[in-house]
Amino acid sequence: MSKIRSKVYVAGDNIDTDNIIPAQYLNLVPTIPDEKLGSYAMAGLPDDAAPFVDKATGKTPYGILVAGKNFGCGSSREHAPVALGAAGCKAVVAEYYARIFFRNSVATGEVYPFETATPLVSEFKTGDEAELDTDAHTLTRLSDGKVFPLKDLGAVAPVVEAGGMFAYARKEGMIPSAAH
Amino acid sequence: MKQTLTEKILARAAGRETVSPGENVWAKIDVLLTHDVCGPGTIGIFKREFGEDAKVFDREGVVIIPDHYIHTRDEKAHRNVATLFDFAKEQDLPYFYPPWTNRYRGVCHVALPELGHVRPGETIVGTDSHTCTHGALGAFSTGIGNTDAGFVMGTGKMLVKIPETIRIVLTGKKPDYIAGKDVILRVIGDLGTGGATYCALEFTGPGCAELSIEDRMTICNMAVEAGAKNGIFAADDKALAYVRARTKKPFEPLVGDPDAPVKAEYSYDLSKFVPCVARPHCPDRYAPAADCADVKLDRAYVGSCTGGKIEDFEMAARVLDGRKVAIDTFLVPATVEVAEAIRTREIGGKTWERIFAEAGCIPVSAPGCAACLGGPVDTFGRTHGNEVVISTTNRNFIGRMGSKTAPIYLASPLTVAASAIEGRIADPRKYL
Repeated sequence: MSKIRSKVYVAGDNIDTDNIIPAQYLNLVPTIPDEKLGSYAMAGLPDDAAPFVDKATGKTPYGILVAGKNFGCGSSREHAPVALGAAGCKAVVAEYYARIFFRNSVATGEVYPFETATPLVSEFKTGDEAELDTDAHTLTRLSDGKVFPLKDLGAVAPVVEAGGMFAYARKEGMIPSAAH
Repeated sequence: MKQTLTEKILARAAGRETVSPGENVWAKIDVLLTHDVCGPGTIGIFKREFGEDAKVFDREGVVIIPDHYIHTRDEKAHRNVATLFDFAKEQDLPYFYPPWTNRYRGVCHVALPELGHVRPGETIVGTDSHTCTHGALGAFSTGIGNTDAGFVMGTGKMLVKIPETIRIVLTGKKPDYIAGKDVILRVIGDLGTGGATYCALEFTGPGCAELSIEDRMTICNMAVEAGAKNGIFAADDKALAYVRARTKKPFEPLVGDPDAPVKAEYSYDLSKFVPCVARPHCPDRYAPAADCADVKLDRAYVGSCTGGKIEDFEMAARVLDGRKVAIDTFLVPATVEVAEAIRTREIGGKTWERIFAEAGCIPVSAPGCAACLGGPVDTFGRTHGNEVVISTTNRNFIGRMGSKTAPIYLASPLTVAASAIEGRIADPRKYL
């Protein structure tokens, strides 16, 4: 995938993993799709925040989540990127990430974790249409065509390009490629 | 090339002489820790990627300690524990500590060192962000997700980015009113919640000798609240004695070069610390407890991997001995060993349990994670309304203990106990 065109959802700094998927839903197992983890994505935001998931469909209309500093801080729960991905979110664009959330996003391939070159939270509001180019590393605001540069993925780019941790390890010869 | 302790451990695990911050290496993992919340997903990935009949990389290298959602009627939580029972049996795992048996231990990060699974110089990864606790004994230890854990389960290896080190130099004498929690809340307050992101937080200096092993666990446990990949103390004689009393397995400790280059270095004099809290809703919102006397409380909570150990309850008992709590006070021992200490250890001829009962605390619960992270609705101590809580736990994010409208203040067991007496945030010094 190189271009993602979608509405954006805008969140602030220090969005923690309890905001992304509250601990009461950790009884759900991310490898069991029937448990519908996605329908609880961002359920831990304060009640006055705009709903992220459409209750009727259990999916999000927001394919791109724009956030500030330290996105995904807190728990190592892989439920967090899995919930976002299962809800239909394709990418997070934040100033920077907590380490484990970033790593889990890369390892699972659930969402692209792009870092912004400049703070973007004030450049977008929830519901704006945008286009993310994952090859050119840009986010374009479609209302006026303004293009915002993103950082490249750095040291994890080979893992992302391979399609996640297992695909990368097979490519590297760390585990046999014959495994299914 | 001069190297920090974290770099030396990872270099050895990668089969290399040296490693440099920023590079990715495949490191050999000695111990993979998992629990009931992330174990089933890890097992799901392990089987999906390596096959239904695959075997774990080392039977003795996989430690499973269910602890999160144990004392609940939640059916899915029980299903998850059952998944662990099946897997441990299928793989014939010797280090599975299941609930509803006499092998149950409680909170994984307190049980892992108690059981001798933490050894200096080794590499530990766990499907829980507070796996960084185990750096207290000179191991490299960090939290990972299910996908990485599934990979480690099958291969015993992990792709590790070598972290830069931030060195925290501790000097001076630690006053008896200062706990490990006061030290780490101050450091997090200074660094900020993202201030150590991707870094190793290494604690050095003559002040380290002032800290008990449990103080060091409390401190390393919360390294992740500043974003750190791991927290670490070099293993001194105190640490080696602790480990040798708990395992016969050989291990080779490492020490870092004192003059190894680091990203940053900060110094703290332990004698200058004051009892403190982290205000809602972030662990970096440091404030001296004495400055928060206007905060009225509804509930006090002592428990968790960072605040439910033996010395944590000893601190609470010291303050509560002969006094009464003014608010609901919940006590959750981390492990069976801690629960035993509460029942049997004494101050002035009275067991801690009796001290807590006479102070009017709610009867001590069974060991486990309980309300530290909210959990299923029937979890002991979980918030359901607008309760203002002071807690010895490690996170005060919105909704962390259950209710989104219940603000949480984090503090040491001394400060939590003093605050329970007054029903307001209180500096514990007047009670010691």
